[in-house]
Amino acid sequence: MKVSVQREDFDLSAEVKALAGGSRSIGAVASFVGVVREVAMTLEHYPGMTESAIRKIVEDAAARWQVMDCTVIHRTGELKAGEQIVLVAVASAHRGDAFAACEFVMDYLKTRAPFWKKEHRPEGARWVEARASDDDAAQRWQGAAKKAV
Amino acid sequence: MKVKLLFFAGLREQLGTLGEEIELPGGVSTVAALRLHLESRGGAYEKAFSEKALVRAAINQDMVQPTARLKAGDEVAFFPPVTGG
Repeated sequence: MKVSVQREDFDLSAEVKALAGGSRSIGAVASFVGVVREVAMTLEHYPGMTESAIRKIVEDAAARWQVMDCTVIHRTGELKAGEQIVLVAVASAHRGDAFAACEFVMDYLKTRAPFWKKEHRPEGARWVEARASDDDAAQRWQGAAKKAV
Repeated sequence: MKVKLLFFAGLREQLGTLGEEIELPGGVSTVAALRLHLESRGGAYEKAFSEKALVRAAINQDMVQPTARLKAGDEVAFFPPVTGG
């Protein structure tokens, strides 16, 4: 598992290649990249807790699906519109587990990992408010059975 | 009993401080009680920790419920609901 909270950008294709090459039994890598929409923002986090919260989320995913390896990269600091913010990539033997685990990690990252976005709009800077739909997205996994693959 | 308080994001800005060491008054033994104690300081604290303010908490870098118990030396963080990803 690779978890990195960093200011620098990341290279999706290099990260996916590194995951896919990790084991001969890996047959699928599902990845998600989040991108800054419309306005520049600053991302703050809680150093120490952030990394352990992400690791716990990945461990929860691995308890539900076959997760052979996983990379999570989340950027912090100043980010401009169009820049990459977050990468979640999950390697598994088959696509069903990889897709489901990737979505699960993203949904929980949005509600459990201590990051906060501050948008820089022309009328001034403001902290982004959490959305109930993000809680709902994470909530729907509660009690959800392992998907058939 | 002493604990270390940390504040993040909008809450940190509202209070104008990153955190502090605090000696807890007797009877303050849970996150909920600590929140009420901070609210009772008045001013920015009263607003930031009012009942309707959305505040989350972590003890020693683990997200906890308001009923979680405090012990000496804990790192207690308060922050708004998270908005990463």
